[in-house]
Order: sequence, then structure tokens, then C-alpha cells
Amino acid sequence: MPEATASDNGSGGVQIDLFSGNRMANLTSMEKIRLILDGVRDGNIVILEEGLSPDEESKLIEVTMAEIAPDEFNGIEIETYPRSQTADQSFLDRLMGRQSTQKLTVIGPANQIQTLHKDENLISALVSRK
Amino acid sequence: MGLLTDLRDSISRVVDRLFSESEPKRIGIYGPPNAGKTTLANRIARDWTGDAIGPESHIPHETRRARRKENVEIERDGKKVTIDIVDTPGVTTKVDYKEFLEHDMEKDDAVRRSREATEGVAEAMHWLREDVDGVIYVLDSTKDPISQVNTMLIGIIESQDLPVLIFANKIDLEESNVERIANAYPQHETVELSALEGENMDEVYAKIAEYFA
Repeated sequence: MPEATASDNGSGGVQIDLFSGNRMANLTSMEKIRLILDGVRDGNIVILEEGLSPDEESKLIEVTMAEIAPDEFNGIEIETYPRSQTADQSFLDRLMGRQSTQKLTVIGPANQIQTLHKDENLISALVSRK
Repeated sequence: MGLLTDLRDSISRVVDRLFSESEPKRIGIYGPPNAGKTTLANRIARDWTGDAIGPESHIPHETRRARRKENVEIERDGKKVTIDIVDTPGVTTKVDYKEFLEHDMEKDDAVRRSREATEGVAEAMHWLREDVDGVIYVLDSTKDPISQVNTMLIGIIESQDLPVLIFANKIDLEESNVERIANAYPQHETVELSALEGENMDEVYAKIAEYFA
């Protein structure tokens, strides 16, 4: 699937990067985290078609914490649809530690994105300029 | 090759757990900031050892280092379990020192506190991936339980195949809604309590003995 990038033309808008599952599939966990945080630290909104695995989410939190700096970077806002993964997995998948991670994920700078509403079917967020 | 490696790792994890039955279980107390984790940790530690674990506060991120209380023996209904309680900093994806300024803190103190808080959250995540045998997930029952941090953390805990109990804390408050938590995470057992007032602690200890023995 193609990657789409919508960028402002210098008018102070907000850039949104949509990464396809294919684009992320060949990256290592740290490459994914770096891609996300570099984008977010530039003030972009990053949307992942297929999200991250739980282990990658855990590392994303850890690396984000390491990069927070006063008056510079306050961290991230991240949103995915709430869903029980265990309910979707077979016994073999759980035994093997295989996780279903196909869930659209939106990540942005904490000071620019604010979740207004979230349920199983809708994420509504307010995005502001830097 | 990957399949065989995964299978070997899975078997190894099961075998490790079978042969470590007599060792104290390290039970991590996790949850978002201000859910009452330290109040709960102190309540358990005081009830069974006479000592507290750490200071409690209404200011977020009072706990900025994981703290452990070792060899806490809990016995209920004929079941006995020895646990090490690990009280962890509240997990979040953002920390802004300006939030602490609202609690009458000077900027230098607020910046220091926020730096320690970020280190504490990273440490808590590391403990979760490497060093705990089970999790007590504490939620403030007056708040919406379907926050992203909660959804993500419970997903991470499930991916580690760790036994988990969800504690709906602060039932002494009027706005408490335990059912909302039970409905949000139906795959896990929810136990209601007030760690501050000591309400329903009998059931809390019975569940800890049952789940982590």
C-alpha cells in the first residue's frame, strides 16, 4: 500500500504522515520507534495503518521518556481503538506470543494533539499548530 | 527457524515458572498516575509486615522510582503466597514540568521532578518487560478507564502472559463506578476497594492469594 504524506506549504499547517503496513513491515522495532519520534518531534502527526506490537509500544514509551526535555518536548499523545487482543487470538497464537497488532494508531506531540472522544469505533482528536 | 525459536522460548518460560514455585513472586503494582498505587502498596505492606513502602501524595508522580518490599506473606482461605511488592511510578506518555508549577512548586523543583518522573516511567516499563511475575493494575474508579495508557499497558501485560488482577480503587468516593471498569476489561477480574479507607481488603487479599500463589 502506498505511503501518503500531506504537508503544509509553509503556511504553518500541520503535517500528517500516514505509514502503510507494508512500509513498516520491514523495519526493526527501533527503526519504527525512531521514525515515529523523529516525525513527532518535528511537530508532525504520524498515523500507522497497522500499529505497533505491545512490546514496541512498551519501548516507545521508554524511549519517549528518555527524550522528554523541558520547554522542548513534552512527550507524545497516542491513540488506538480499544480492543481486547486476547479475544481475537487463537490458543496457538497466544502460546507463541504472536500478537494481532492491526489497529490504526495515531501519534502526535502531546502539546499539539488532544483526544476529544474515543470508543471502539471512533477516535476524535483536536490537532493544533505548534 | 523463527517458529522453533518462539516455541523453545515459550516452553522455557513455562518451565521457569514451574520450577520457581517456592520463590517469592514479584508483583508489580501498575497503573496511571494518581490511581492510588502507593496507598495500596502501603496498605498491603502495613497489614502484613507493619512497615510502609513510600510517601503518598495527591501530586502526580510522587513515586518516581520503583520501590520493592520483599517477602510479604499473605494468607487467606487456606492459601498462602509470599510476594515482593513492587510499587511503580504511574505510567504516562507525556510529562510537562508546568503541571507541577500548579502545585506551588518552584520551576527548578518542577523541572527536577519531571526529569525524575520520566526516568521512573522508563524504569517501570523495564520492570514490566523483565522483572515482574504478576501485575496488580490499579485504576481510579471515578475516572474513565478506557484511556490510551490503560489500553496499551494492559495489552503489554497480556502479551507477557502475566497473571493480572484489576483493582478498582477509590470506591469510598461518590463518583466511583466499578462497573465501568469491569465492562472495559471483561477479560480480567475486577476487584473493588478503597486502599485509603481499607474497604474490601479481605477480598483483595483472597484474590492475591488465589491469583499469585
